[in-house]
Amino acid sequence: MDIFLQQIINGLVQGSIYALVALGYTMVYGIMGLINFAHGEVVMIGTLVTITVAGSLIKVGMPVALAGLAGLTASVLVCMALGWGLERIAYRPLRNAPRLTPLITAIGMSIILQNVAMIVWGRNYLTFPHLLPKIDFEIAGANFTAIQLLIVLVSGMTMAGLAFLVYRTKLGMAMRATAQNPQVAGLMGVNSNRVISAAFVIGSALAALAGVMVGTYYEIAHYQMGFMLGLKAFTAAVLGGIGNLAGAMAGGILLGIIEALGAGYIGDLTGGFLGSHYQDIFAFVVLIVVLMFRPSGLFGEKTGDRA
Amino acid sequence: MKRWLNPRSALGITLITAALVALPFVVAMGGQAWVRIVNFAILYIFLALGLNIVVGFAGLLDLGYIAFYAVGAYTWALLASPHFGLHWPIWAILPIGAGLACVAGVLLGSPTLKLRGDYLAIVTLGFGEIVRIFMNNLNAPVNITNGPQGITLIDPVAFGAFKFSGNSQIFGFTISGPQKYYFLLVALAVIVVIINLRLQNSRIGRAWQAIREDEIAAKAVGINTRNIKLLAFAMGASFGGVAGGIFAAMQGFVSPESFSLIESVMILAMVVLGGMGHIPGVILGAVLLTFLPEVLRYGVGPLQMAVFGKMLVDPESLRMLVFGLALVLVMRFKPAGLWPSPERKRELTGGA
Repeated sequence: MDIFLQQIINGLVQGSIYALVALGYTMVYGIMGLINFAHGEVVMIGTLVTITVAGSLIKVGMPVALAGLAGLTASVLVCMALGWGLERIAYRPLRNAPRLTPLITAIGMSIILQNVAMIVWGRNYLTFPHLLPKIDFEIAGANFTAIQLLIVLVSGMTMAGLAFLVYRTKLGMAMRATAQNPQVAGLMGVNSNRVISAAFVIGSALAALAGVMVGTYYEIAHYQMGFMLGLKAFTAAVLGGIGNLAGAMAGGILLGIIEALGAGYIGDLTGGFLGSHYQDIFAFVVLIVVLMFRPSGLFGEKTGDRA
Repeated sequence: MKRWLNPRSALGITLITAALVALPFVVAMGGQAWVRIVNFAILYIFLALGLNIVVGFAGLLDLGYIAFYAVGAYTWALLASPHFGLHWPIWAILPIGAGLACVAGVLLGSPTLKLRGDYLAIVTLGFGEIVRIFMNNLNAPVNITNGPQGITLIDPVAFGAFKFSGNSQIFGFTISGPQKYYFLLVALAVIVVIINLRLQNSRIGRAWQAIREDEIAAKAVGINTRNIKLLAFAMGASFGGVAGGIFAAMQGFVSPESFSLIESVMILAMVVLGGMGHIPGVILGAVLLTFLPEVLRYGVGPLQMAVFGKMLVDPESLRMLVFGLALVLVMRFKPAGLWPSPERKRELTGGA
């Protein structure tokens, strides 16, 4: 039973990170129908910027908490600028292009960002500075750290904030309108360029936050870390029903928990035939099974053929 | 058939044939490495044309195409290497590889083909990753794929006593291993191109196009969309399987690393960059995207030395940077690809 609880906690933490990244995918997809393959790279840039800023501030003697906050702020700002630039330079000229064209552009941008990061930060693994003290808690035989608690709390609050933004503000209304029908939204006076830019900027800010979380949690970063993370997060978004905000959150957390439980139990279930190195398979197997029975994801609405 | 007989086409075919025959000998002057690169270009043409059936003709976005290539490669590797002590002939292995890849295609396709565009994309992507992870881990408890180390000492292609590796003498000429593979690959590629051309204008090809343009309308005119889509998957997959087998034999070595997602993405990029659904365009895309990174590999370092007098940036990352930039720029200025089919071009420029 402790293993079960332990894995649930681990899964919840990992899942919160997935959920934050998945929100970026799903917002962009919901509004313009584009799989932004470069989104995982934005997360990576977020982590690496924090390492540089917070690391060098700590080195000149700034208090750790303050340096961490400065690093977080810097990474959010850099990523927001990056998200805005991505949309403005790479995707906007392709609004009316064939469907696969922006996908290839996104792949190109992902390659570019990875290699820029490699040139700037080098090929080696970087250690993330210790921003939080190590405090352990114990509940019913399962251990968790302050970092884990903070990750879950912060991502929960961020998601609540995002839900408020989308469902209670004018910008959010404009976003939902554009997602439903860009032309009609335009006729109602919605500036769709601004809405799409906003989706990218907000998504990138969430990605930066997720990047900092990944950094503090695993204490290690690398220029290729964004790819698999982005893939899993995209899987989570599809699992929940892509284009659906609540779906992305639920999908992310579900995926995190499934992965953790799967990695914890697969050895026992298969009599030792399959080990925990099959962890990465769960995400995809679950995805395929869910989509077989619910072709639009768990919470996706039945839509007409848009693609 | 009349078209083939007119003198201009005949001249064109003769010239192309002559160029294709001369190519490996001309390229070999720059070293055998370049012949190998040419061989890979042809292998990628092969793969890109296979994927073109799925993505270009039938309009099904497949991001896990490399899985079928992997199935073909591992089939060859397991049936013709000391790993299991089997050394089957090419006649047996290639059909088995193509067949297994085809089964994999149907297996993936049958439960997922009702999904719409982007959902299908992520499922195929997941399938590709699953296949790769299994190949990476199926070395315990029973050693099937030898895990991340991969399988080595794979038999080359051989017809009877005639082996495709190493030098051999033909009519007094010395022909190197890569050059022999070149001719094998060209022959296979010609077959694939012909199959593709014939498919495109066949009843099936038109059914694929109908599904691509409007699935509901296609259903309404009596096309069995499920079976026709499955057929596209199965055919694309078998091409991938054959290409994989040749790849394994040519390299003499396979490991899961060669079948990562980025490879699927590259092949898709070839199809889209060249011009989806248009066979000459796809060939152009495959050739360009194989050569560009190689040319950059040899060009970027010396160029930096010449311009700045020292290595400013790691040439390997600069090379990929330029590659990514090329993808973005081509898509920006040629959204339908470098050489789109005439109908598609008309759709994009004219009309609404």
